[in-house]
Amino acid sequence: MVCACGKEVVDPKKEKLKELLLQYQGQKGALIPVLQGAQEIYGYLPKEVMEEISRTLKIPFSKVYGVATFYAQFHLKPRGRNVIRACLGTACHVRGGAKVFETLKNELGIGDGETTPDLRFTLESVACIGACGLAPVIMVNDDTYGRLTPDKVKEILAKYE
Amino acid sequence: MRKVLICAGTGCISSGSPKVTEKFQEELSKRGITDIEVYNTGCHGFCEQGPIVIIEPDKTFYCRVEVDDVPEIIEKHLLGGQIVEKVLFHEPQVDKKVEKYTDISFYAKQQRLVLHNCGHINPERIEDYVANGGYEALRKVLTSMSPQEVVDEIKKSGLRGRGGGGFPTGLKWQFTKDAKGDKKYVVCNADEGDPGAFMDRSVLEGDPHAVLEGMAICGYAVGADEGYIYVRAEYPLAIRRLQIAIKQAEEKGYLGENIFGSGFNFRIKIKAGAGAFVCGEETALLTSIEGNRGMPRPRPPFPAVKGLWGKPTNINNVETFANVPLIIKNGADWYASMGTEGSKGTKIFALTGKVNNTGLVEVPMGITMRQIIFDIGGGIKGGKKFKAVQIGGPSGGCLPEELLDLPVDYDSLIKAGAMMGSGGLVVMDETTCMVDVAKFFLNFTQKESCGKCVPCREGTKRMLEILEKITEGKGEPEDLEILEKLAYNIKNSSLCGLGQTAPNPVLSTLRYFRHEYESHIYDKKCPAGVCSALLEYKILEDKCVGCGACARVCPVGAISGERKQPHKIDPEKCIKCGSCMEKCKFGAIVKG
Ligand SMILES: Cc1cc2nc3c(=O)[nH]c(=O)nc-3n(C[C@H](O)[C@H](O)[C@H](O)COP(=O)(O)O)c2cc1C
Ligand code: SF4
Ligand code: SF4
Ligand code: SF4
Ligand code: FES
Ligand code: FES
Repeated sequence: MVCACGKEVVDPKKEKLKELLLQYQGQKGALIPVLQGAQEIYGYLPKEVMEEISRTLKIPFSKVYGVATFYAQFHLKPRGRNVIRACLGTACHVRGGAKVFETLKNELGIGDGETTPDLRFTLESVACIGACGLAPVIMVNDDTYGRLTPDKVKEILAKYE
Repeated sequence: MRKVLICAGTGCISSGSPKVTEKFQEELSKRGITDIEVYNTGCHGFCEQGPIVIIEPDKTFYCRVEVDDVPEIIEKHLLGGQIVEKVLFHEPQVDKKVEKYTDISFYAKQQRLVLHNCGHINPERIEDYVANGGYEALRKVLTSMSPQEVVDEIKKSGLRGRGGGGFPTGLKWQFTKDAKGDKKYVVCNADEGDPGAFMDRSVLEGDPHAVLEGMAICGYAVGADEGYIYVRAEYPLAIRRLQIAIKQAEEKGYLGENIFGSGFNFRIKIKAGAGAFVCGEETALLTSIEGNRGMPRPRPPFPAVKGLWGKPTNINNVETFANVPLIIKNGADWYASMGTEGSKGTKIFALTGKVNNTGLVEVPMGITMRQIIFDIGGGIKGGKKFKAVQIGGPSGGCLPEELLDLPVDYDSLIKAGAMMGSGGLVVMDETTCMVDVAKFFLNFTQKESCGKCVPCREGTKRMLEILEKITEGKGEPEDLEILEKLAYNIKNSSLCGLGQTAPNPVLSTLRYFRHEYESHIYDKKCPAGVCSALLEYKILEDKCVGCGACARVCPVGAISGERKQPHKIDPEKCIKCGSCMEKCKFGAIVKG
């Protein structure tokens, strides 16, 4: 990248990716942790990043792509600043998880797996986050909210910008 | 010294325990009190009542503690020696407040062996684990037992795998020990994908060293010097606690080189999963650690012979490993004295759904379902009627009331058409529709099918379509037969356990709740009032006061009526959202 003054500027994300790749280069079974690390840096997995990973780790691009699409954790499109995971696991299902999920969809105006146009929220359904005792449960980023009812949804969403 | 133990498991953290901890520290230091120790523990298994605060040595159990309760607990209890009534647990069965955790019926009838440390020690402090006898078992095997003696001890204990299949653990260890190879691995399966089970999570978060110790003992027995723990990505706290535990164990010399001066080396690494249920299957899990798409492969060869990177690998579940130090410390005979003929020791169940007390319960094998649900779980929520209990998650089945007195062990459950699985117990009451439950599970397995083999990939799709048809009121009489036929075909011809067990929830509900399927098909009715396509909302004329509240919430304008006159729902317009029924204060709206 070159800026107006003509000097090379470093892209901090690219630097981090380089470091990450260096750390894992030559290690067995590195692809998944590298993809996880790269997604942490970029928020998702842009094509160029996967290409870079493929080149550096000397893994065919088709395999990188195959792995990235197999696991639910990886995303090939930009995601919202806040990720909501609504649990639809068994315990949450029998305690009204679907109603909470419907309310989320209505409030945000998006469906499962979608992102709001302002990139504020991504909504996805998951099957159990291991807090079943508090069913129904949602997670926003790393925060867990339990014992939910549809009317609490608005208040929770307001906490995230 | 008085101690204040504040739960910092995932459940209690989400209910606000970090703020409670801070407040305790702040209030105590404000008062200059230094002889009361405050620390965080892992999960008590009673997360619904969180945040949980325990005062030791009094054994006082405070629940749903809020920040504002803290000064009162300090003044009244810690300084004044009096119990703070309002944050005591209220026992639903006897309608009484209970003071000590040992007297709460949820705990009183459990036998917490694997969970004995959870909720009582600080999982981020190895000293706590060691003070409670931790790493003694590892010392014992390394200094006084041969690898074969360890394998024999586990065999004699009768321990069977807690990850679902119930394979005898000692025998598995023997296979890996006998396998030829200079490099071997131990793998801990912490993928815990069953939606509704969270015991592995609690053990990892509340007592991580027990798992590390179990793995190291296994490594010594089978001849491995390297271990992997494969943890679901959805469990960030478990991963963090494990990282801390591994680091501390290495510093203390319980992991690493030349442990206890015995010449035995053992290191453990963590691998975070990436969100695929099928990766809980052992061969898929190993493929995933190797960095590939996590698809199962045919067995044999079993991992014990050809596992991770082609080397002999012993893979066990979290709870299985956590049992190992107990067996070594207390002896195989002690362990085998608990349980039934074919299933020894205890099992942790995740009791959830429509019961009064939800949480983790550890009970001896062979206890009846009735004891778990009614004595420990406190019965059905809201005084409703019990209908079924689902055990074993997506591979398991639903058991009806007639089987409540069945002693629970691996073999009895299989006979009843269910499965121990990971030990998820979801209680369902009369408002649960069994066809909907079967559809729910099939939808889950269908989505998680890796797609490698046709019966699982396509067959579950066909089954799901039929179930959808039935719940929409379009079911035909021959559908049940087709469902059964498909189910057996998929069971018999799928490659891995996912496909082989996916039809179980359908088969078990067909076996015990066939009449519910028939009501959907013949009468076009959902007896539990769940399947919305088969419901009709009606306003009872004699109860309706004509307040108009329902008409205002109806999103499609299906309700009309004059003020103070009975209202009416237009069935043509109604989308069966249920909002009006929730809104009506006079109970004038019914569905059916
Ligand atoms: C689809 C599928 C999912 C599984 N998920 C898990 C799991 O989440 N945790 C687990 O310990 N075992 C799981 N298993 C069982 C493992 O394949 C394996 O039997 C187990 O880890 C062996 O450990 P154990 O003998 O200690 O039970 C699963 C099996 C299948 C077929
Ligand atoms: S049974 Fe299902 S999950 Fe298992 S290998 Fe076949 S398609 Fe994949
Ligand atoms: S809310 Fe109830 S009482 Fe009021 S108009 Fe509607 S049905 Fe009648
Ligand atoms: S169920 Fe929903 S759509 Fe039907 S009448 Fe009531 S509020 Fe309107
Ligand atoms: S089922 Fe929702 S947290 Fe487990
Ligand atoms: S997290 Fe506190 S009791 Fe489970």
